[in-house]
Amino acid sequence: MNGWCGKILKIDLSSGRTEAKRPEREIYARWIGGRGLAGYYLRDKVTRSWDHPEMPLLFFTGPLVGTTSPTSGRMTVMSRSPLTGTAGDASVGGSLGTALKKAGWDGLIITGRAKTLCGIEIADDQVTLVDAAALAGTGTSGAYARLKKKGAVALAGPAAGVGVRFADIVVDGHYAAGRAGLGLHFAARNLKYLTVRGSGKIRIAYPEALKKANEDVRRLMAASPVLLGELGIGQYGTAALYDLLDARRMMPTDNFRRTRFDAARRMNAHAFRQRYAPRRTGCRGCSILCKKIAADGRSLPEFETLSHFSALVGNTNLETVMEANRLCNDLGMDTISAAATLACHGEIRGRPLEPSEILSLLMDIGTGRGIGQALGQGAAAYARACGRPETAMTVKNLELPGYDPRGAYGMALAYATSTRGGCHLRAYPISHEILRKPVATDRFTFSGKARIIKGAEDLFAVVDSLTACKFVFFAASLEEYARIYTAVTGVESSADDLLTAGERIDYSERIMNDNNGFRGTDDDLPARFFELPGTGDGHLEIPPLDRAEFLKARAAYRRIRGLNEEGRPTREKAAEMAIDWDGSSEG
Amino acid sequence: MERLIRKYVDKLIRSGLAEAGAPLMGARDAELIWNREDKNRAILQEIFTGLHISTLLFALPAEPYRTLVDFLARTSPGTIHPQDTETRTFLHDLPVVTSLAPAEIIRALKNRKCAIVPGRGIITYGTVSPEQAFVTFSSACFACFVKFFADYLRDVRNGSANPEQKAVFQQVVDYLGSPARLDFSLTHGPFRDEATVLTAMEEAGKATVDCRLVDSYFGNISCLFKDILYISQTGSSLDELRGCIDPVPMDGSSCVGITASSELSAHRAIVTAGTHRTVLHGHPKFSVILSLACNEKNCALRGQCHLRCPRRRQAAGVPIVPGEVGTGPYGLCHTVPPALAEHRGAIVYGHGVFTVGKTDFNDAFASLLDIENACRKEYFASL
Ligand code: SF4
Repeated sequence: MNGWCGKILKIDLSSGRTEAKRPEREIYARWIGGRGLAGYYLRDKVTRSWDHPEMPLLFFTGPLVGTTSPTSGRMTVMSRSPLTGTAGDASVGGSLGTALKKAGWDGLIITGRAKTLCGIEIADDQVTLVDAAALAGTGTSGAYARLKKKGAVALAGPAAGVGVRFADIVVDGHYAAGRAGLGLHFAARNLKYLTVRGSGKIRIAYPEALKKANEDVRRLMAASPVLLGELGIGQYGTAALYDLLDARRMMPTDNFRRTRFDAARRMNAHAFRQRYAPRRTGCRGCSILCKKIAADGRSLPEFETLSHFSALVGNTNLETVMEANRLCNDLGMDTISAAATLACHGEIRGRPLEPSEILSLLMDIGTGRGIGQALGQGAAAYARACGRPETAMTVKNLELPGYDPRGAYGMALAYATSTRGGCHLRAYPISHEILRKPVATDRFTFSGKARIIKGAEDLFAVVDSLTACKFVFFAASLEEYARIYTAVTGVESSADDLLTAGERIDYSERIMNDNNGFRGTDDDLPARFFELPGTGDGHLEIPPLDRAEFLKARAAYRRIRGLNEEGRPTREKAAEMAIDWDGSSEG
Repeated sequence: MERLIRKYVDKLIRSGLAEAGAPLMGARDAELIWNREDKNRAILQEIFTGLHISTLLFALPAEPYRTLVDFLARTSPGTIHPQDTETRTFLHDLPVVTSLAPAEIIRALKNRKCAIVPGRGIITYGTVSPEQAFVTFSSACFACFVKFFADYLRDVRNGSANPEQKAVFQQVVDYLGSPARLDFSLTHGPFRDEATVLTAMEEAGKATVDCRLVDSYFGNISCLFKDILYISQTGSSLDELRGCIDPVPMDGSSCVGITASSELSAHRAIVTAGTHRTVLHGHPKFSVILSLACNEKNCALRGQCHLRCPRRRQAAGVPIVPGEVGTGPYGLCHTVPPALAEHRGAIVYGHGVFTVGKTDFNDAFASLLDIENACRKEYFASL
């Protein structure tokens, strides 16, 4: 096979048995890889509880991973989310995807539960289960330092061990597979780590065509201010967005009660760069290099982390943000969910958090101490337990990130419709509503947004499946990536064909969620956004979202997506998408 | 949606890209709406259902584009390969289809942003906004114009221009009209406050579009005022700059200008030298055409001219330099600033012209206009 390896590794931790699966070409053609293929292997298991031994934990690469195509070093981790109960996936960078592919595997399916804490070590087609008792309770940085000689490393931290619902998986010490609580799956399987080393090469169908298509993408990347401009994410990391989001009055502040942070100018990417003099690095196969590492080895915060550990919790101390980021990383927990849960806690107790409290509460969460136990269940569960559900700024239990939906109506709709809950990355309308790519759209209208969001969800479902980085789509489009896909795999395909695959991948996730009892009413935003205005400035007012307009846009979205009026998948649409589904949970 | 359809249909006509009544544009959110009745609507409707798009635009271009596009489509069966930077970077090439058959058009549009139907027009689409369809239509017209005139000059010089080419040339020259001019002066500097800076930029941007010195929404403009570089945003239309100008602190203390034009680095380097406060960049056609006209025989770098042409070339008394859009290793941010230290303007190979001004946009604008008009004269003189 070209592009794909043609093999998937199945590991049962209960028996220690491994098996190489060889999917038919047809499966690859329809589900591509990454999120698509992982979703294919999750769907018939997804109604089990997330910690059932048969619930698979999936690591999947895509056909572009390990090739010279730009930003092709990412991969998908997927299972049922312990935090949201939805199909839960994370796209993660670092070198794990490339290593797995070079080891000859398109993906990894892990099931079962080891009797004692173990590690999985893969070197090409050798798979070894290793006792990991010595690493019990170890932070991800310490464990990574001890394992990095073994190749690419994926780890869970102490937070997973104490049942934090937003525990993540940390790859190569700096890259988090976050949001869906997938780190908890490591604990459920008695798995501490996974290392992979690969020495093979990926076969390319048309090397010359790939070279030409790569050139087209590189030229577009160079022309993109957001990617490679002097103020772009290549220079400053995603924290480069901080000033702009504040200027547009979209910075979630004070647990989304305001949308502008007075101290933003002192807490921006420039301030971090001045103080921590970071170096540039990034995922394997990427020339954007958005990751920033300080001289002392700590990661600089991404935009969402910076936004939430400053504006959302009212913190004006740079070092606290750095430490909060480091602690989350070391304990193995999602920064967005951790900060948002703290902001919810701050609102409930009626007084903002001091910097030292932020850090000590993070320690409490990550080690399961005191109130940390309750906070570790996530904002929605915590707020419910406190009798204040309205203070949880979540959609489908997933804490919202650093883009206030009152300042970008496409973002509002995208949060509501995302299959994994309140996620900014499913449709990323910030691209056109704020960053003007591919063209600017009016951020204060729902007009046209239903189709745009549906199209972008399909696009990113493909991007997560190929696998490439979403950021490159600030510059390039599927038109260029379709050529890359064809050059790598030899499968004749157009941008539009890939979008059809993306539509199928998204719809399949909707079926999984429907099977797990999610209904159209779950596609909604917290009431606060329809009741409270954002922070205007005299020239620009940020009114609350108009509920009727929102519902109209959501209804339009359902028609365009092929859902019924209640927002549920239908058997007819599934058949049209060639998704094998008996409609058992059909509305 | 209706408002956007109307806006871009009007803009096509105002920009001289299509005649009134020619553009047929449909856009859909949940429902599909059209700007007017047309016998081709059923065909377009079918195309809509075969693609993941939100807008379709179909129009016969106005002259001289109509003749040029048709000629190129006839003589480049399958695909037209223009060499200007915009096409190279954003459109890559222009597919030609043989008829209005939906299946054929769908096939072409699945792979590229537009398709040319000889004798019938250009069809383009948008996935996010009708603006994309407008921009692609405009870029396709620009690319065909530049390609035809650049090819013609090359072929006349080689002695290989054929009678059909000559006839088309004669025909389109008649449509060119007289060289552009500006009959009023722009706001005079030095500017006193931010509001005046913004107004002056809007005015100069609009004049650049009115004189057709930029195509579609490309081109950019900046002005240094009190350690802040005010610069047009990426993808902004120079005739609609209200709310689309970013204030970028020169000391780099804020990334708020992340949405600034992709040429921010070049603009910043130009004003940092201290002699100029305003920068104007457009894509006037004859400047671009002349930049592509190189007489060098057997150059080892042929094909990479836009990246690293080493020769000292000039047109209209200003240097022609290589350089790609943005900040890459071959970015024009490395080539344009040094060229502007000694000249009032610089032409970037296949791309456009940068000019500078001391305190306001009068000198920058006059230079842009002069350079284009001089290039036009030089073009016809060298045939
Ligand atoms: S842009 Fe950043 S996240 Fe994306 S592939 Fe490159 S380094 Fe990784």
